[in-house]
Amino acid sequence: MKKLINAPDAVLHDALHGVEAAHGDRVRVSYDPAFVVRRDAPVQGKVGLVSGGGSGHEPMHGGFVGVGMLDAACPGEVFTSPTPDQMIEATKAVDGGAGVVHIVKNYTGDVMNFDMAAEMGRGEDIEVETVLTNDDVAVEDSLYTAGRRGVGVTVLVEKICGGAAEDGRSLQEVAELGRRVNANGRSMGMALTPCITPGSGNPSFELGDDEVEIGIGIHGEPGRYREKIAPASQISERLMTPIVEDLPFSNGDRVLAFVNGMGGTPLIELYVVYAEVAKIARERGLTIERNLVGNYITSLEMQGCSITLVKLDDEMVRYWDAPVNTPALRWGV
Amino acid sequence: MAITRDETLDWMRRFAGEVAEHRQELVALDTAIGDGDHGTNMNRGMTKALEKLEGAELADSGAALKTVAMALVSSVGGAAGPLYGTLFLQIGNALAGHSEVDLAAFAGAWRKGLEGVQARGKAQAGDKTMVDALIPAVEALESASDLNAGLRAAAQAAEEGMKATTPLIARKGRASYLGERSKDHQDPGATSTYYLFKSAAEALAG
Repeated sequence: MKKLINAPDAVLHDALHGVEAAHGDRVRVSYDPAFVVRRDAPVQGKVGLVSGGGSGHEPMHGGFVGVGMLDAACPGEVFTSPTPDQMIEATKAVDGGAGVVHIVKNYTGDVMNFDMAAEMGRGEDIEVETVLTNDDVAVEDSLYTAGRRGVGVTVLVEKICGGAAEDGRSLQEVAELGRRVNANGRSMGMALTPCITPGSGNPSFELGDDEVEIGIGIHGEPGRYREKIAPASQISERLMTPIVEDLPFSNGDRVLAFVNGMGGTPLIELYVVYAEVAKIARERGLTIERNLVGNYITSLEMQGCSITLVKLDDEMVRYWDAPVNTPALRWGV
Repeated sequence: MAITRDETLDWMRRFAGEVAEHRQELVALDTAIGDGDHGTNMNRGMTKALEKLEGAELADSGAALKTVAMALVSSVGGAAGPLYGTLFLQIGNALAGHSEVDLAAFAGAWRKGLEGVQARGKAQAGDKTMVDALIPAVEALESASDLNAGLRAAAQAAEEGMKATTPLIARKGRASYLGERSKDHQDPGATSTYYLFKSAAEALAG
């Protein structure tokens, strides 16, 4: 294993130093406990948005801190949930008196740590609403599992809620909007290669040179099944069909289409996939009104992609288009 | 026979030692059906816990275990942080004020710990989690007639519970996403729980 690091145990700390050095104009970094916070936080009268999760998914979440998106992000160790003390301090740092929304991806560790933070924070007199994301259709039997995982839709929830919070919407309104985006969003991912965490040094699963894994998670979890590598058109169909049929998306729907790279896939391949997604959407009568293509919720150096569709309404479009100024997403400013 | 504060500290040092020694084993078990960080995270947490214990004024066993709980909650992350943090917090709360802990108090504290873990993680017996090692071990303590025998029986029951997770299909945590593919792997959380009881027997049984 070769990685551009100083030491496995120092990766998170060293990377936070880099974030502070590169983006100090927009964010501040706290090291103990670790969180990235908007430079001008707390913004008085504005609902605060806090997210967090394991590291290794960059730019999510720290790259989405800034005007029009998150107020703070709590990074855990690689693929490990952050801890309640980080979440409480981040929540206090962004509370401008209008309450705070926690955006939590549905993983056992993330949910338990954010729950503990909510319990421990009850004495702090801050009103907290939680928006749970669980858009991964690859998890089929959610009755007998920890439930569907939060993946691509999380980025879109953070952007749209960020726009609404900046517009002065109330805690309840921002949380309800976030839940609506999640409820109308579906995702599925695939991998050409596994990924290697700095701590373990070993691939997260074995995959033959001629194989792909369909339905992977973002922590190197193996997927639904594996098969021989096929043209991008067929792989896109493998991902799009369960997504479209699950919601279901139907003829006439307006959608946001998000083609996300897992970290090790060149952008040129993501655009090959986007062309297929656009074609499949057209054939099914879906109108792609907005899109996003790039590496936004990654899995270290994994090669592969995920596709997310969200059924849009006017309010979602309005806040998607609203100005955003973060290290990883920036427009309208 | 009763457990003193210093014996509890010895237990925690031994548990930290087991976690450090078996770090790679726990990583390998977790890589097979989870995300490969259990050994690394528990080792970081117990290292932190020993640091905190070193400089602390500790009135009794309960205070020591509560210190361990807070160190784990703030340094482990993942699911193991809240679960082990809750376990040690509940046991510590139950033992607060006991300068010497007898079998009844110890078994009662473990029952509280088990209840806390189940309330936090919602896992039942057979879900292929740490609970599968905890339940038989706590029951062994509760049905024992003296402390030494109870500690040894608990360690043995935890080991059997750990081994019995191998054929199970995971229904909680990240391993649950694998469905059938989670079979034929021993659960990493049940394994670290076995080390907790193994070190208890070594440190506390006279």
